[in-house]
Amino acid sequence: MSFNLLVVVSLSYVAFLFVVAFWAEKRSRTSLAVWLRGPFVYTLSLSIYCTAWTFYGAVGYAARSGLEYVTIYLGPTLVMIGWWWLLRRLVRIGRTQRITSIADLISSRFGKSAWLGMIVTIMAVIAATPYIALQLKSVTQSFSVFAASGGAPWEQGDLNSGALWVAVGLAIFTVLFGTRSLDANERHSGIVIAIAVEAVVKLVALVAVGIFVIWGLAGGPAAVLAQIDASNIASFEPQGGRWVAMIFLSAAAFICLPRMFQVLVVETPDERNLHMASWAFPIYLILMSLFVLPIAVVGLRLMPEGANPDLFVLTLPLSQGENGLAMLAFLGGFSSATSMVIVSTIALATMVANHIVVPLWLNLRPQGALMSGDIRNVNVLARRLSIASILALGYLYFRLSAGGAALAAIGLVSFSGAVQVLPALLGAIFWRGATRVGAGLGLVTGFAVWIWTLYIPSFGADALISQEVLMNGPFGLWWLRPNALFGMEGMDQLVHGLMWSMLLNTTMFFVGSVFSFPTPLERFQGAQFVNVFAMSRGTSTWTGSGARADDLLIMAQRILGGTQAQRLFQRSAAEQGKEGYLPDVTPDFVLRLEREIAGSVGAATAHAMVGQLTEGAAISVDDLIAVADEAAQILEYSNELEAKSAEQDQTARALRDANAKLTALSIQKDAFLSQISHELRTPMTSIRSFSEILRDMEMSPEDHSKYAGIIHDEALRLTRLLNDLLDLSVLENGQVTLHVHTGHLTDLIDRAVSAAGVLEGGLQILRDRTREDVTLTTDLDRLVQVFVNVIANTQKYCTVAGPALQVKAHQVDGRDIVDFIDNGQGISIENQAMIFEKFARIEDEGKAGGAGLGLAICREILGRLGGQITYLPGHGGAAFRVILPAQNVTAKSAQALASQ
Amino acid sequence: MRGSQSQLPLYLARASYRQRRLRDIIRMLPLAGFLAWILPVMSGQVPATSAVGLYIFAGWIVLIVASAWVTSRLTPEAESQSATNDDVTLR
Repeated sequence: MSFNLLVVVSLSYVAFLFVVAFWAEKRSRTSLAVWLRGPFVYTLSLSIYCTAWTFYGAVGYAARSGLEYVTIYLGPTLVMIGWWWLLRRLVRIGRTQRITSIADLISSRFGKSAWLGMIVTIMAVIAATPYIALQLKSVTQSFSVFAASGGAPWEQGDLNSGALWVAVGLAIFTVLFGTRSLDANERHSGIVIAIAVEAVVKLVALVAVGIFVIWGLAGGPAAVLAQIDASNIASFEPQGGRWVAMIFLSAAAFICLPRMFQVLVVETPDERNLHMASWAFPIYLILMSLFVLPIAVVGLRLMPEGANPDLFVLTLPLSQGENGLAMLAFLGGFSSATSMVIVSTIALATMVANHIVVPLWLNLRPQGALMSGDIRNVNVLARRLSIASILALGYLYFRLSAGGAALAAIGLVSFSGAVQVLPALLGAIFWRGATRVGAGLGLVTGFAVWIWTLYIPSFGADALISQEVLMNGPFGLWWLRPNALFGMEGMDQLVHGLMWSMLLNTTMFFVGSVFSFPTPLERFQGAQFVNVFAMSRGTSTWTGSGARADDLLIMAQRILGGTQAQRLFQRSAAEQGKEGYLPDVTPDFVLRLEREIAGSVGAATAHAMVGQLTEGAAISVDDLIAVADEAAQILEYSNELEAKSAEQDQTARALRDANAKLTALSIQKDAFLSQISHELRTPMTSIRSFSEILRDMEMSPEDHSKYAGIIHDEALRLTRLLNDLLDLSVLENGQVTLHVHTGHLTDLIDRAVSAAGVLEGGLQILRDRTREDVTLTTDLDRLVQVFVNVIANTQKYCTVAGPALQVKAHQVDGRDIVDFIDNGQGISIENQAMIFEKFARIEDEGKAGGAGLGLAICREILGRLGGQITYLPGHGGAAFRVILPAQNVTAKSAQALASQ
Repeated sequence: MRGSQSQLPLYLARASYRQRRLRDIIRMLPLAGFLAWILPVMSGQVPATSAVGLYIFAGWIVLIVASAWVTSRLTPEAESQSATNDDVTLR
């Protein structure tokens, strides 16, 4: 079979994955998203647990140690079957606290500690690097198998360059689809669907090889069983200690590995997905492991002496001339390796960016949260660079450990490193007494013991430490021998290292926690995490706060992006019963904002940034005492009372707002009446006096026509005023007739600009015509009227020297939007609520001349057309957002109106 | 949204009583699976590898069927409502 064909097939497979990922990204906002977020895809995405190490390596494992390989699958099965204990809690906590990674969970629980996040991140990167190297190795090895069978065996140099190309390709794919959205809580739909496809491919491949082996080579299930008992494999007796340790290790790693935490907790939108996954994922695992032993046994029988059992899945079909099957098996192994590396690097890059790069970057810039520029760019860049450097580290490790032996054992060693987080994790969600000091001590101790007893020895004697130290301990201290800590001799090395590291880790965690005193924030978070089902909507970490809503909005826009931040603020304002973009800065709101930000940059950074703005209004000891009573209160009736009083608060706030509005309106109405009388009387007076002159006096024809002209002008002015009033009342009563036409947004704005007479006015209009490429079917004249009004308004009120108006067309939530943003002084918060009311005019601006009907008419028109106009705070100058009529809605409402 | 449970009731309706026992089953399943799977290595005399393999896979299938059966019978409302009760009682 030609090697070139293999390269072509794998490249087209990769291209296919790219296409699938792009397609899913495109559809991620449609109905497909529901399916993408559903339990089926969730279950498949969990399959990244089955890496190339399990795809190829399990057969080798079985050939070397018999049935023990199955423990690697038994542990995760127990975790999934027992989802009620642990996963349900983790997923709920992940969702309510907006957890971005396992480091974020630990950091957030222990008082949003930046240090803990950093420790967990560093540990995770060290533990995961060998594993990524292992994947690179398995892909290049499988390539070399085909190269050898094609008659051109690979040298070490070919292996190296092969691994380099794989790493580069993976980096591109991951950067492309993994750093698109900053919010880690938003699912990477492209990647998730690509992984689901790969999950199916690897399952189909392994099952196909298994079926071929059982029915094609061995002669049926009964024969296979007989062959198993007759083979060498039957002579391996599982050791009790290792057996139990392996089940524990795989179960713990299933939760603690950063990539598993990513798919289990971070990428899942809903704990309902667990219902199906709890039994469906064990089915996946059982299918992945069912054929391993038969393949191993038949491979040992048929393949020549000394053949590498790690590659039986590939070499067995190849040796039988089944090239198609071998190709499928190759794609299966390729899928296992790539999907693991992709998710792993995303998870690690999120951790590195959120817990190391961004905190350092913020620390280096003392100006603080408000002044620190756009954090989004920094974070995304940090993630991209982290992805590249993690893959580079993996490649480097691959090069350094070019000898094969070290890599084969490193899978389990890497697992044992990752599970050092387990005591802190379990303590975090089950034990309120766990503290930051305990967690830090436990993590560091466990990690140090792991390095000494498992990681360093895994390189072999004389690689990192000498044979002498390995045998007799450092400086002759016999009780520090890596293989026999404290004199525990004769144990299996893995069991020994795992036992000591977990034991010392847990002990330090417990002792440290019991003898230290937690900060208020730790105790608060502890209660939130441990009682997550009772306190999902718990009290806030923030008491009254000095922050202003528009400051918070400006900061949120920097981190979340304009659209998302505005949506959040608008939704919060609506829930408080307010209109517009600025909610009251209540403790609840600040907490919610902090969690949203934490979804992007991690809990510790989010807390620090919000804390800078609210100026130490964070939780105090008194508040804590209230929190401590929370659990007891829940059992009582206070909840209902709270709900009621919250409701009353809301109603009261709405009433207060309405009352204030009414009062202001009534004042303005009085003012308007006198204004309108004045406006009507002035032209009336001149009309009357000039008509009297015309009637009573003799005059020259020139004077005659001059006076008649004045009368005519004044009458026109009266008509205009009355037209406006009439227009408004017609709009308000819904008697308007719409003339629906189809046109282009660019043309409409052109028309509006020239109709407003801007060219003579000196107002500069900044437009991006390429973005105005929107076709509209609505009452175009009315829409132009709105634009004219808004532009004319700017001309009147934007009083700075060199006024400029930015007209920005874009899309939000699938709606077309035009923002008009000027560089003037803007409108004060008190006035923002008023400007769309009729007769409303900002005080002291009598010179503007209108009767204050323009914006009211705009609002009515857009309401009729199915659009909306709002004031957009947080932009410096005055900013109006016109939400254009949705196309299908317009057609309908136009029909409805026409029939009226 | 959490239901309003001002007190833990002593007697439950039959349906919600069943729901709680189903959750007990879910809690027990992993422990049962673990015990079943360490049995082969507990016995002093190890039986044939094929027999142990068949035993392990049979237990696996039983666990999956049991888990699927129980989870399909869990009603989501009961879960979210009485999750609160359970968590409080456990403490």
